Amino acid sequence: MPRRAWASVPGPPCSVRLRTESPALPEAQRAPRATSALAQPARSCSRRPSRGPWRSTGNIMDSAAPRSTAALLLLLLLLLLLRAERTRGAELTFELPDSAKQCFHEDVEQGVKFSLDYQVITGGHYDVDCYVEDPLGNTIYRETKKQYDSFTHRAEVKGVYQFCFSNEFSTFSHKTIYFDFQVGDEPPILPDMGNRVTALTQMESACVTIHEALKTVIDSQTHYRLREAQDRARAEDLNNRVSYWSIGETVALFVVSFSQVLLLKSFFTEKRPVSRAVHS
Amino acid sequence: MGWPVLLLLALCAAGARGLYFHIGETEKRCFIEEIPDETMVIGNYRTQMWDKQKEVFLPSTPGLGMHVEVKDPEGKVVLSRQYGSEGRFTFTSHTPGEHQICLHSNSTRMALFAGGRLRVHLDIQVGEHANNYPEIAAKDKLTELQLRARQLLDQVEQIQKEQDYQRYREERFRLTSESTNQRVLWWSIAQTVILILTGIWQMRHLKSFFEAKKLV
Repeated sequence: MPRRAWASVPGPPCSVRLRTESPALPEAQRAPRATSALAQPARSCSRRPSRGPWRSTGNIMDSAAPRSTAALLLLLLLLLLLRAERTRGAELTFELPDSAKQCFHEDVEQGVKFSLDYQVITGGHYDVDCYVEDPLGNTIYRETKKQYDSFTHRAEVKGVYQFCFSNEFSTFSHKTIYFDFQVGDEPPILPDMGNRVTALTQMESACVTIHEALKTVIDSQTHYRLREAQDRARAEDLNNRVSYWSIGETVALFVVSFSQVLLLKSFFTEKRPVSRAVHS
Repeated sequence: MGWPVLLLLALCAAGARGLYFHIGETEKRCFIEEIPDETMVIGNYRTQMWDKQKEVFLPSTPGLGMHVEVKDPEGKVVLSRQYGSEGRFTFTSHTPGEHQICLHSNSTRMALFAGGRLRVHLDIQVGEHANNYPEIAAKDKLTELQLRARQLLDQVEQIQKEQDYQRYREERFRLTSESTNQRVLWWSIAQTVILILTGIWQMRHLKSFFEAKKLV
């Protein structure tokens, strides 16, 4: 694992207070609350000592290697750090067919907190089963027929955690499911930002605060977008259904009225030729 | 100098990309991204194939390709390309809405191994998350503070785009609701009129029928 080769890059320093509660939504939204916006766990600031990658390469470099090699190694380290630290969260929307189950897996280090938010956007009764398993096969979270939920857990065991969404209880409705799986803290945008010895200046603290606030805004927007997608899907469905049912009812109306008239006429029509043939 | 570089290169190549899932060889897996317009989406993926004999996923499978197809909200194909077993695809949306990203493997070669499984590592970054900040810092020679400000600017731009998209969506929603309203109104009136006319026709027809039968 490339991440183990280097010291884990710490999160924002503890001089910054992070968001611990989500913005209050208007009362009019009586629909159930959380998705990623509300239920996101408070991200703790990092108290890990900063052991930069530079120190570990120093031992390799002490054996009088040329400068170009050092530069090349530094560049590769940078690339490695980027590759290792960039992809620590996944936000996907996919379609789950009826009577199907889909699983996703992610490698999590020990002691790292991860969170899973999911929401059903379209389909049926907007519910899905979900369960999360740790590398040893224990089910650490299981819910049935949930519309949305948020789950956080600190990984006790290092390994591959799997979370699955199941639509097996449904026979004909496809569900569209959105999930957001975040592992650990957000890495800094430059690898050496975490190795500071001095405290942040006021400008930098302000930048960090604004960044956190904007993240909240983006999360709220995602939340509203999902709810709006759900409502819009329902409205379009209703629009189509009104058309089909109206046409269907008109056809039924014609059929019923014609059959009524024909039936009544048949009651009063004489069947004598038939009965005479039967009796004789 | 040889071995540390090689080791680092190997580690770079074998870097885990986070989330992964399994698909069958001929199976197609689609993901939906609802994005505003002029938003860049970068997807990275890596595939591994199941080796039946060793009962393990091979670290890399040369010769295995994945076909990536991206459709825009109107169903028009934006990107349809074949990549190798490890690849990176990028596209920029020109219309806001739900884009569909579909992946499936070109398993004509693997027809012998029918029933095999593929492990696909996938990572999709949208908008501001797709920016590579160290690269931007190096290219524009920005200080740390300037880079932070740049990140804030990108975030705000993303928020603005999303808000424009929200306005567009709300308009669509409103049009749909108004259309439903109109339809309910006109169809109710039409059905009532048809009901009355059918009733009148029934009575007249039956009356003439009974008069002909000399019952009335």
